[in-house]
Amino acid sequence: MSAVGDAVVYLNDPLTWTRRGGVLDLLGEHLAISAAAVVAAAALALPAGVLLGRSGRGAGGIVVLSNVSRAVPTLALLTVFAVTPIGFSDAATIVALAVFAVPPMLTNTFVGFREVDRDVREAARAMGMSRGQLLRRVEFPLALPLVATGVRTAAVQVVATATLAALVGGGGLGRIINLGFGQQDLGQIIAGAVLVAALALLTELVLVLVSWAVTPGPRRLPLLGVRGGPAGQPEPTASGVPL
Amino acid sequence: MASLGVRPLLGAASDPGAQVLAADGAPNPWFDPSYVTDNWHTIVGHLGQHVRLTVGAVLLGTLLALPLALLARRTRLLSGPVLGLSSVVYTIPSLAMFAFLAPLTGPLSATTVLIGLTLYTLVILVRNFLAGLQAVPDDVREAARGMGYGPARLFLRVDLPLALPAFMAGLRIATVSTVALVTVGVITGNGGLGQLIVGGFNANFYRAEIVTGAVGCVLLALLADVLLAGVERALTPWTRARA
Repeated sequence: MSAVGDAVVYLNDPLTWTRRGGVLDLLGEHLAISAAAVVAAAALALPAGVLLGRSGRGAGGIVVLSNVSRAVPTLALLTVFAVTPIGFSDAATIVALAVFAVPPMLTNTFVGFREVDRDVREAARAMGMSRGQLLRRVEFPLALPLVATGVRTAAVQVVATATLAALVGGGGLGRIINLGFGQQDLGQIIAGAVLVAALALLTELVLVLVSWAVTPGPRRLPLLGVRGGPAGQPEPTASGVPL
Repeated sequence: MASLGVRPLLGAASDPGAQVLAADGAPNPWFDPSYVTDNWHTIVGHLGQHVRLTVGAVLLGTLLALPLALLARRTRLLSGPVLGLSSVVYTIPSLAMFAFLAPLTGPLSATTVLIGLTLYTLVILVRNFLAGLQAVPDDVREAARGMGYGPARLFLRVDLPLALPAFMAGLRIATVSTVALVTVGVITGNGGLGQLIVGGFNANFYRAEIVTGAVGCVLLALLADVLLAGVERALTPWTRARA
């Protein structure tokens, strides 16, 4: 396979990484765009999820929202925001990615807070906790695993879909793939695919470890935890769609 | 004199406040019925490709997922790797997936897109099929076997009807997300309605074309979902018996 050989040559060239607009620059751009989108979406989705989850209302709306967001192509939103007055810029990319990051975070936060045991809540009230204390010391720790799953799902999704920005002139690692296709350079195409896929898998891995570290309570090693529970159960609240 | 005449123009161009997007120069409506009528044949052509790729990917995915799910149900030894591999495939961004396949099937061929999409539908369907099959109570299967049902009849008369709601739920998710994902095929020049989205973007941010493509995708996804919901209703009359 000469394409794989070309990819190795491409990736093995230090200049590929360090030149202006090289892999390191694109990676920085990719991560900056992704981080901004996740933070923006979290600022909106987490408080909304907490409020709705505590009151237990709005379940229907959230289901509709996550179903509709599945039907809208990411590419379409990336393009549409670029031709609004926001303009053709990283800001348009960030807004489009943030829109797609909201449903997983909102759903998981909502479910996490709604599923807090009613008895536990009542016991905490009976012990004299105020609403604020209840939120901070009872509900939040109990909801944290699901909230962390939501943030992780959204973040992985954002990092993965940020590659599509390259199709409409945006930045990030997708550029390498786009350029490779433009030049019919199979080596560069493969190299870009390896970089993008590695980044997505690495993000997932790091966030699994982080959410394992911040989750209170009895701990199972994160990557072995999959074995528990019935196998084959699709995760109920993860976005559950390819990117 | 001539050079003097040029000067204000240069000044205007270098002044950041006075910069205008090419998009703002000419009328650029969000939707234009005349665009749709004038380019009807192009749109229908892309729509046809979109439908063909979606149907092909979902059909192929179903044909492959069913035996895999049946195999994976037999033993935990198989279901572990199947599920682990499927979550890895999930995490790979679609652009990278198409890029990985490009050297094998050609960077400009629709086969690349079809295989990539099939892999994604396969992953969704295996998970949902497996969940559906594992939810069939063992007592029921035992009883059927005791009544002399062979493996084929057991599957057709017991497993399939009981797992059908989970199967159909998987099919609906897979179809809707495939409709959205076809747009990414634009990287190979085979993106169905995605061609309109990126084509409009490249044609000086022509909004009517972008919006036609984007709205077409969403409508197609909703239509497919409604059709499959109808099929599910027709196939499972017993679920409505109580109502």
